[in-house]
Amino acid sequence: MIRYVLTAGALAVLTTTTPVHAFGSGQQAVTGLPHVLRLPETTPDAIPVSGTEEHSHDMSSGMGPWRLGDLTIAGAFSRATLPNAPVGGGFLTVTNAGSEDDTLVAASTAVAGRTEIHEMAMEGEVMKMRALTDGLPIPAGETVELKPGGFHLMFMELTGPLVEGETFTVTLTFEKAGEIEVPISIAGPGAKGMDHSGHGGHSATD
Amino acid sequence: MTMTPRRMALWALWGLALLALAGFGWLKLSPMFDRNGAVVIGPGDYHLETTEGAPFTEDTLEGSPSAVFFGFTHCPEVCPTTLGDITTWQEDLGPEDELRVFFVTVDPERDTAEVLHDYVSWAPGVTGVTGSPEEISKALSAFRVYARKVPLGAGRYTMDHSANILLFDKDGRFFEPIGYQEDPDRVMEKIRRMLAG
Repeated sequence: MIRYVLTAGALAVLTTTTPVHAFGSGQQAVTGLPHVLRLPETTPDAIPVSGTEEHSHDMSSGMGPWRLGDLTIAGAFSRATLPNAPVGGGFLTVTNAGSEDDTLVAASTAVAGRTEIHEMAMEGEVMKMRALTDGLPIPAGETVELKPGGFHLMFMELTGPLVEGETFTVTLTFEKAGEIEVPISIAGPGAKGMDHSGHGGHSATD
Repeated sequence: MTMTPRRMALWALWGLALLALAGFGWLKLSPMFDRNGAVVIGPGDYHLETTEGAPFTEDTLEGSPSAVFFGFTHCPEVCPTTLGDITTWQEDLGPEDELRVFFVTVDPERDTAEVLHDYVSWAPGVTGVTGSPEEISKALSAFRVYARKVPLGAGRYTMDHSANILLFDKDGRFFEPIGYQEDPDRVMEKIRRMLAG
Protein backbone atom coordinates (compact mmCIF):
# COMPACT_ATOMS: atom_id res chain seq x y z
CA MET A 1 0.00 0.00 0.00
CA ILE A 2 2.77 2.37 0.89
CA ARG A 3 4.30 1.55 -2.45
CA TYR A 4 1.13 2.54 -4.29
CA VAL A 5 0.87 5.83 -2.47
CA LEU A 6 4.51 6.56 -3.15
CA THR A 7 3.98 5.80 -6.82
CA ALA A 8 1.06 8.17 -6.83
CA GLY A 9 3.19 10.80 -5.15
CA ALA A 10 5.92 10.35 -7.73
CA LEU A 11 3.32 10.62 -10.47
CA ALA A 12 2.02 13.82 -8.97
CA VAL A 13 5.53 15.24 -8.84
CA LEU A 14 6.03 14.31 -12.46
CA THR A 15 2.80 15.88 -13.56
CA THR A 16 3.37 19.05 -11.60
CA THR A 17 6.92 19.59 -12.73
CA THR A 18 6.22 19.19 -16.41
CA PRO A 19 6.29 22.50 -18.28
CA VAL A 20 3.49 24.82 -17.38
CA HIS A 21 2.13 26.05 -20.66
CA ALA A 22 0.36 28.98 -19.08
CA PHE A 23 2.72 31.33 -20.84
CA GLY A 24 3.44 29.28 -23.91
CA SER A 25 0.63 31.03 -25.77
CA GLY A 26 1.52 29.17 -28.92
CA GLN A 27 3.92 31.62 -30.45
CA GLN A 28 6.74 29.11 -30.51
CA ALA A 29 7.39 27.12 -33.60
CA VAL A 30 9.17 23.84 -33.12
CA THR A 31 12.52 24.56 -34.65
CA GLY A 32 14.43 21.49 -33.61
CA LEU A 33 13.19 19.08 -36.21
CA PRO A 34 15.85 17.73 -38.52
CA HIS A 35 16.75 20.35 -41.09
CA VAL A 36 17.15 17.97 -43.95
CA LEU A 37 17.02 19.62 -47.33
CA ARG A 38 17.04 18.28 -50.83
CA LEU A 39 20.31 18.52 -52.68
CA PRO A 40 20.14 21.51 -54.98
CA GLU A 41 19.86 20.74 -58.69
CA THR A 42 22.95 22.77 -59.37
CA THR A 43 26.05 22.23 -57.33
CA PRO A 44 27.69 25.23 -55.67
CA ASP A 45 30.12 26.93 -58.02
CA ALA A 46 33.05 27.28 -55.67
CA ILE A 47 33.80 23.66 -54.86
CA PRO A 48 37.47 22.94 -55.32
CA VAL A 49 37.56 19.88 -57.55
CA SER A 50 41.19 18.95 -57.12
CA GLY A 51 41.33 15.47 -55.67
CA THR A 52 44.98 15.67 -54.75
CA GLU A 53 44.68 18.61 -52.44
CA GLU A 54 41.47 18.21 -50.55
CA HIS A 55 42.01 21.30 -48.43
CA SER A 56 42.47 23.57 -51.38
CA HIS A 57 40.29 26.60 -51.37
CA ASP A 58 40.21 30.13 -52.61
CA MET A 59 41.87 32.13 -49.85
CA SER A 60 40.78 35.41 -51.34
CA SER A 61 37.09 34.64 -51.03
CA GLY A 62 36.93 33.30 -47.48
CA MET A 63 36.74 29.65 -46.48
CA GLY A 64 35.46 26.50 -48.06
CA PRO A 65 33.46 24.72 -49.18
CA TRP A 66 35.48 21.66 -48.27
CA ARG A 67 35.29 18.30 -49.94
CA LEU A 68 35.79 14.84 -48.55
CA GLY A 69 34.83 12.12 -51.02
CA ASP A 70 31.15 12.66 -51.81
CA LEU A 71 30.70 15.07 -48.93
CA THR A 72 30.84 18.84 -49.15
CA ILE A 73 31.14 20.90 -45.99
CA ALA A 74 30.30 24.59 -46.14
CA GLY A 75 29.43 27.62 -44.08
CA ALA A 76 31.33 26.62 -40.96
CA PHE A 77 31.04 29.20 -38.22
CA SER A 78 30.96 29.55 -34.48
CA ARG A 79 29.92 32.37 -32.20
CA ALA A 80 32.00 34.49 -29.91
CA THR A 81 31.47 33.36 -26.32
CA LEU A 82 30.15 35.63 -23.59
CA PRO A 83 32.42 36.37 -20.62
CA ASN A 84 32.96 33.19 -18.53
CA ALA A 85 30.90 31.05 -20.91
CA PRO A 86 32.66 27.69 -20.94
CA VAL A 87 30.82 26.32 -23.96
CA GLY A 88 30.35 27.24 -27.59
CA GLY A 89 28.50 25.98 -30.62
CA GLY A 90 29.71 25.09 -34.13
CA PHE A 91 27.53 25.31 -37.23
CA LEU A 92 27.99 24.10 -40.80
CA THR A 93 26.24 22.27 -43.59
CA VAL A 94 27.14 18.85 -44.97
CA THR A 95 25.98 17.81 -48.43
CA ASN A 96 26.16 14.19 -49.41
CA ALA A 97 26.33 13.93 -53.20
CA GLY A 98 27.02 10.20 -53.07
CA SER A 99 24.67 7.25 -53.28
CA GLU A 100 25.48 5.95 -49.83
CA ASP A 101 24.29 7.32 -46.50
CA ASP A 102 27.00 8.53 -44.17
CA THR A 103 27.07 9.62 -40.53
CA LEU A 104 28.94 12.38 -38.75
CA VAL A 105 30.16 10.32 -35.82
CA ALA A 106 32.60 12.62 -34.05
CA ALA A 107 34.19 16.04 -33.95
CA SER A 108 37.15 17.39 -32.06
CA THR A 109 39.13 20.57 -31.70
CA ALA A 110 42.11 21.80 -29.72
CA VAL A 111 40.12 24.72 -28.29
CA ALA A 112 37.73 22.45 -26.38
CA GLY A 113 38.35 19.65 -23.93
CA ARG A 114 35.42 17.82 -25.39
CA THR A 115 33.29 18.20 -28.51
CA GLU A 116 29.92 16.54 -28.96
CA ILE A 117 27.23 16.51 -31.62
CA HIS A 118 24.03 17.91 -30.16
CA GLU A 119 20.50 18.66 -31.11
CA MET A 120 18.64 21.58 -29.66
CA ALA A 121 14.88 21.67 -29.85
CA MET A 122 12.19 23.97 -28.57
CA GLU A 123 9.36 21.98 -27.06
CA GLY A 124 6.75 24.62 -26.43
CA GLU A 125 8.63 27.23 -24.48
CA VAL A 126 11.25 24.82 -23.19
CA MET A 127 14.70 24.57 -24.71
CA LYS A 128 15.96 20.99 -24.76
CA MET A 129 19.41 19.75 -25.63
CA ARG A 130 20.42 16.22 -26.44
CA ALA A 131 23.74 14.64 -27.32
CA LEU A 132 23.47 12.55 -30.49
CA THR A 133 25.48 9.63 -29.22
CA ASP A 134 24.98 7.61 -32.40
CA GLY A 135 26.07 10.53 -34.57
CA LEU A 136 24.22 12.65 -37.07
CA PRO A 137 23.03 10.83 -40.21
CA ILE A 138 23.93 12.46 -43.54
CA PRO A 139 21.60 10.69 -45.99
CA ALA A 140 22.67 10.18 -49.61
CA GLY A 141 21.64 13.04 -51.86
CA GLU A 142 20.75 15.39 -49.02
CA THR A 143 22.10 18.40 -47.20
CA VAL A 144 22.05 18.45 -43.42
CA GLU A 145 22.33 21.78 -41.71
CA LEU A 146 23.93 22.28 -38.33
CA LYS A 147 22.53 25.65 -37.42
CA PRO A 148 21.36 27.75 -34.48
CA GLY A 149 18.15 26.27 -33.11
CA GLY A 150 18.89 22.74 -34.32
CA PHE A 151 21.84 20.42 -34.73
CA HIS A 152 25.20 21.82 -33.67
CA LEU A 153 28.67 20.90 -32.57
CA MET A 154 28.95 21.54 -28.86
CA PHE A 155 32.38 22.67 -27.71
CA MET A 156 32.74 22.01 -24.01
CA GLU A 157 35.52 22.80 -21.54
CA LEU A 158 36.80 25.58 -23.78
CA THR A 159 40.47 26.33 -23.22
CA GLY A 160 39.74 30.04 -23.67
CA PRO A 161 37.09 32.41 -24.96
CA LEU A 162 36.06 32.22 -28.62
CA VAL A 163 36.90 35.65 -29.99
CA GLU A 164 35.02 37.22 -32.88
CA GLY A 165 37.11 37.36 -36.04
CA GLU A 166 39.37 34.49 -35.06
CA THR A 167 39.42 31.01 -36.58
CA PHE A 168 40.01 27.55 -35.19
CA THR A 169 40.19 24.10 -36.72
CA VAL A 170 37.74 21.27 -36.14
CA THR A 171 38.28 17.69 -37.16
CA LEU A 172 35.09 16.03 -38.36
CA THR A 173 34.91 12.25 -38.51
CA PHE A 174 32.42 10.56 -40.81
CA GLU A 175 31.66 6.88 -40.59
CA LYS A 176 32.43 6.19 -44.25
CA ALA A 177 34.14 9.24 -45.72
CA GLY A 178 36.67 9.45 -42.90
CA GLU A 179 38.23 12.57 -41.39
CA ILE A 180 38.53 16.13 -42.54
CA GLU A 181 39.89 19.26 -40.90
CA VAL A 182 37.73 22.33 -41.37
CA PRO A 183 38.49 25.88 -40.24
CA ILE A 184 35.69 27.53 -38.30
CA SER A 185 35.32 31.30 -38.30
CA ILE A 186 34.10 32.96 -35.13
CA ALA A 187 31.26 35.39 -35.73
CA GLY A 188 29.48 37.67 -33.26
CA PRO A 189 27.71 36.20 -30.24
CA GLY A 190 24.27 36.31 -31.88
CA ALA A 191 25.32 35.42 -35.44
CA LYS A 192 22.91 33.31 -37.45
CA GLY A 193 25.38 32.59 -40.21
CA MET A 194 28.67 33.67 -41.71
CA ASP A 195 29.33 35.14 -45.11
CA HIS A 196 32.03 32.64 -45.82
CA SER A 197 32.14 32.65 -49.58
CA GLY A 198 32.39 36.26 -50.65
CA HIS A 199 30.09 35.55 -53.60
CA GLY A 200 26.72 36.34 -52.17
CA GLY A 201 25.10 33.69 -50.04
CA HIS A 202 23.70 34.41 -46.62
CA SER A 203 25.44 37.11 -44.66
CA ALA A 204 22.96 37.18 -41.82
CA THR A 205 25.46 38.12 -39.17
CA ASP A 206 23.63 40.18 -36.59
CA MET B 1 -16.94 -11.80 -12.84
CA THR B 2 -16.91 -12.00 -9.06
CA MET B 3 -14.77 -9.69 -7.01
CA THR B 4 -12.27 -11.71 -5.09
CA PRO B 5 -11.02 -10.11 -1.88
CA ARG B 6 -7.64 -9.74 -3.53
CA ARG B 7 -9.13 -7.89 -6.48
CA MET B 8 -11.15 -5.68 -4.15
CA ALA B 9 -8.04 -4.82 -2.20
CA LEU B 10 -6.31 -3.90 -5.43
CA TRP B 11 -9.13 -1.59 -6.45
CA ALA B 12 -9.06 0.00 -3.01
CA LEU B 13 -5.34 0.60 -3.42
CA TRP B 14 -5.86 2.24 -6.78
CA GLY B 15 -8.54 4.42 -5.25
CA LEU B 16 -6.15 5.50 -2.54
CA ALA B 17 -3.44 6.17 -5.06
CA LEU B 18 -5.75 8.37 -7.10
CA LEU B 19 -6.83 10.21 -3.99
CA ALA B 20 -3.21 10.83 -3.05
CA LEU B 21 -2.50 12.05 -6.57
CA ALA B 22 -5.44 14.44 -6.55
CA GLY B 23 -4.53 15.74 -3.10
CA PHE B 24 -0.91 16.24 -4.00
CA GLY B 25 -1.84 17.90 -7.26
CA TRP B 26 -4.21 20.24 -5.49
CA LEU B 27 -1.55 21.19 -2.96
CA LYS B 28 0.96 21.84 -5.71
CA LEU B 29 -1.39 23.67 -8.04
CA SER B 30 -3.56 25.71 -5.72
CA PRO B 31 -0.99 28.48 -5.15
CA MET B 32 -0.91 28.93 -8.93
CA PHE B 33 -4.24 30.73 -8.96
CA ASP B 34 -5.41 33.86 -7.23
CA ARG B 35 -8.99 34.43 -6.03
CA ASN B 36 -10.13 35.29 -9.53
CA GLY B 37 -8.65 32.11 -10.89
CA ALA B 38 -5.82 33.90 -12.67
CA VAL B 39 -2.39 32.31 -12.77
CA VAL B 40 -0.01 33.85 -10.25
CA ILE B 41 3.56 34.14 -11.44
CA GLY B 42 6.35 35.69 -9.45
CA PRO B 43 5.46 35.86 -5.76
CA GLY B 44 7.01 33.21 -3.56
CA ASP B 45 9.18 32.50 -0.58
CA TYR B 46 12.53 32.63 -2.35
CA HIS B 47 15.56 34.48 -1.05
CA LEU B 48 18.18 34.94 -3.72
CA GLU B 49 20.99 37.39 -4.30
CA THR B 50 21.84 39.57 -7.27
CA THR B 51 25.33 39.76 -8.72
CA GLU B 52 25.43 43.31 -7.36
CA GLY B 53 25.10 41.90 -3.85
CA ALA B 54 21.47 42.96 -3.30
CA PRO B 55 18.75 40.57 -2.14
CA PHE B 56 16.31 39.27 -4.75
CA THR B 57 12.89 38.41 -3.33
CA GLU B 58 9.29 38.79 -4.44
CA ASP B 59 9.50 42.43 -3.31
CA THR B 60 12.30 43.14 -5.79
CA LEU B 61 9.86 43.13 -8.70
CA GLU B 62 7.84 45.99 -7.23
CA GLY B 63 8.70 49.61 -7.93
CA SER B 64 9.53 49.60 -11.61
CA PRO B 65 8.87 47.34 -14.58
CA SER B 66 11.17 44.40 -15.10
CA ALA B 67 11.88 41.34 -17.18
CA VAL B 68 12.92 38.03 -15.65
CA PHE B 69 14.73 35.36 -17.61
CA PHE B 70 16.03 31.98 -16.49
CA GLY B 71 19.24 30.60 -17.97
CA PHE B 72 22.77 29.46 -17.18
CA THR B 73 26.33 30.20 -18.28
CA HIS B 74 26.91 26.71 -19.74
CA CYS B 75 24.08 27.53 -22.14
CA PRO B 76 25.23 27.19 -25.73
CA GLU B 77 22.63 29.17 -27.54
CA VAL B 78 19.39 30.38 -26.00
CA CYS B 79 20.98 32.45 -23.26
CA PRO B 80 23.59 34.31 -25.35
CA THR B 81 20.97 34.90 -28.06
CA THR B 82 18.46 36.20 -25.55
CA LEU B 83 21.00 38.52 -23.91
CA GLY B 84 21.81 39.82 -27.39
CA ASP B 85 18.10 40.39 -28.08
CA ILE B 86 17.68 42.19 -24.75
CA THR B 87 20.57 44.49 -25.67
CA THR B 88 18.74 45.44 -28.87
CA TRP B 89 15.49 46.12 -27.00
CA GLN B 90 17.26 48.31 -24.46
CA GLU B 91 18.83 50.32 -27.26
CA ASP B 92 15.36 50.74 -28.80
CA LEU B 93 13.84 51.79 -25.50
CA GLY B 94 16.57 54.27 -24.74
CA PRO B 95 18.14 55.04 -21.36
CA GLU B 96 14.99 56.58 -19.87
CA ASP B 97 12.76 53.58 -20.43
CA GLU B 98 15.45 50.97 -19.86
CA LEU B 99 13.96 47.81 -18.44
CA ARG B 100 15.33 46.12 -15.35
CA VAL B 101 16.31 42.64 -16.45
CA PHE B 102 17.05 39.79 -14.06
CA PHE B 103 18.91 36.76 -15.38
CA VAL B 104 18.21 34.03 -12.82
CA THR B 105 20.45 30.98 -13.08
CA VAL B 106 18.89 27.53 -13.28
CA ASP B 107 22.34 26.09 -12.54
CA PRO B 108 23.32 27.51 -9.12
CA GLU B 109 25.92 24.78 -8.57
CA ARG B 110 28.13 26.16 -11.32
CA ASP B 111 26.92 29.75 -11.60
CA THR B 112 28.37 31.58 -8.64
CA ALA B 113 27.75 35.31 -8.31
CA GLU B 114 31.25 36.04 -9.68
CA VAL B 115 30.86 33.85 -12.76
CA LEU B 116 27.38 35.16 -13.47
CA HIS B 117 28.34 38.80 -12.95
CA ASP B 118 30.77 38.90 -15.85
CA TYR B 119 28.49 36.77 -18.02
CA VAL B 120 25.56 39.21 -17.90
CA SER B 121 27.17 42.54 -17.14
CA TRP B 122 27.91 43.48 -20.76
CA ALA B 123 24.18 43.56 -21.56
CA PRO B 124 22.62 46.90 -20.52
CA GLY B 125 20.37 46.76 -17.47
CA VAL B 126 20.90 43.05 -16.89
CA THR B 127 21.60 41.80 -13.37
CA GLY B 128 22.44 38.18 -12.55
CA VAL B 129 20.60 36.36 -9.78
CA THR B 130 21.80 33.25 -7.97
CA GLY B 131 21.44 31.49 -4.64
CA SER B 132 21.40 28.06 -3.05
CA PRO B 133 19.89 25.22 -5.09
CA GLU B 134 16.97 25.13 -2.61
CA GLU B 135 16.15 28.82 -3.05
CA ILE B 136 16.54 28.61 -6.84
CA SER B 137 14.16 25.68 -6.82
CA LYS B 138 11.62 27.79 -4.89
CA ALA B 139 12.00 30.57 -7.45
CA LEU B 140 11.47 28.12 -10.32
CA SER B 141 8.15 27.10 -8.79
CA ALA B 142 7.14 30.69 -8.09
CA PHE B 143 7.83 31.77 -11.67
CA ARG B 144 6.39 28.53 -13.12
CA VAL B 145 9.65 27.90 -14.87
CA TYR B 146 10.72 24.47 -15.99
CA ALA B 147 14.34 23.47 -15.53
CA ARG B 148 15.86 20.03 -15.52
CA LYS B 149 19.39 18.71 -15.36
CA VAL B 150 20.34 16.48 -18.31
CA PRO B 151 23.39 14.27 -17.75
CA LEU B 152 25.96 14.21 -20.55
CA GLY B 153 28.09 11.45 -19.02
CA ALA B 154 31.21 11.55 -16.84
CA GLY B 155 29.62 13.98 -14.39
CA ARG B 156 28.89 16.55 -17.09
CA TYR B 157 25.44 17.93 -17.56
CA THR B 158 23.41 20.53 -19.34
CA MET B 159 20.06 22.07 -18.48
CA ASP B 160 16.73 22.00 -20.26
CA HIS B 161 14.84 25.14 -19.31
CA SER B 162 11.98 27.48 -20.20
CA ALA B 163 13.24 30.03 -22.69
CA ASN B 164 10.52 32.60 -22.13
CA ILE B 165 11.22 36.04 -20.77
CA LEU B 166 8.63 37.07 -18.20
CA LEU B 167 7.54 40.70 -18.07
CA PHE B 168 6.42 42.30 -14.79
CA ASP B 169 4.73 45.68 -14.50
CA LYS B 170 5.77 48.41 -12.06
CA ASP B 171 3.63 46.84 -9.32
CA GLY B 172 5.44 43.55 -9.72
CA ARG B 173 2.49 41.86 -11.37
CA PHE B 174 3.13 39.39 -14.16
CA PHE B 175 2.29 41.06 -17.47
CA GLU B 176 3.07 38.80 -20.42
CA PRO B 177 5.75 36.42 -21.59
CA ILE B 178 8.09 37.02 -24.49
CA GLY B 179 8.85 33.85 -26.43
CA TYR B 180 12.31 32.82 -27.55
CA GLN B 181 13.15 34.61 -30.81
CA GLU B 182 9.76 36.31 -30.88
CA ASP B 183 9.36 38.93 -33.59
CA PRO B 184 11.20 42.10 -32.41
CA ASP B 185 8.33 44.40 -33.43
CA ARG B 186 5.85 42.40 -31.39
CA VAL B 187 8.27 42.36 -28.47
CA MET B 188 8.69 46.14 -28.53
CA GLU B 189 4.93 46.60 -28.80
CA LYS B 190 4.47 44.37 -25.73
CA ILE B 191 7.11 46.16 -23.67
CA ARG B 192 5.78 49.61 -24.61
CA ARG B 193 2.23 48.51 -23.77
CA MET B 194 3.44 47.38 -20.36
CA LEU B 195 5.39 50.59 -19.73
CA ALA B 196 2.32 52.64 -20.72
CA GLY B 197 0.01 50.60 -18.49
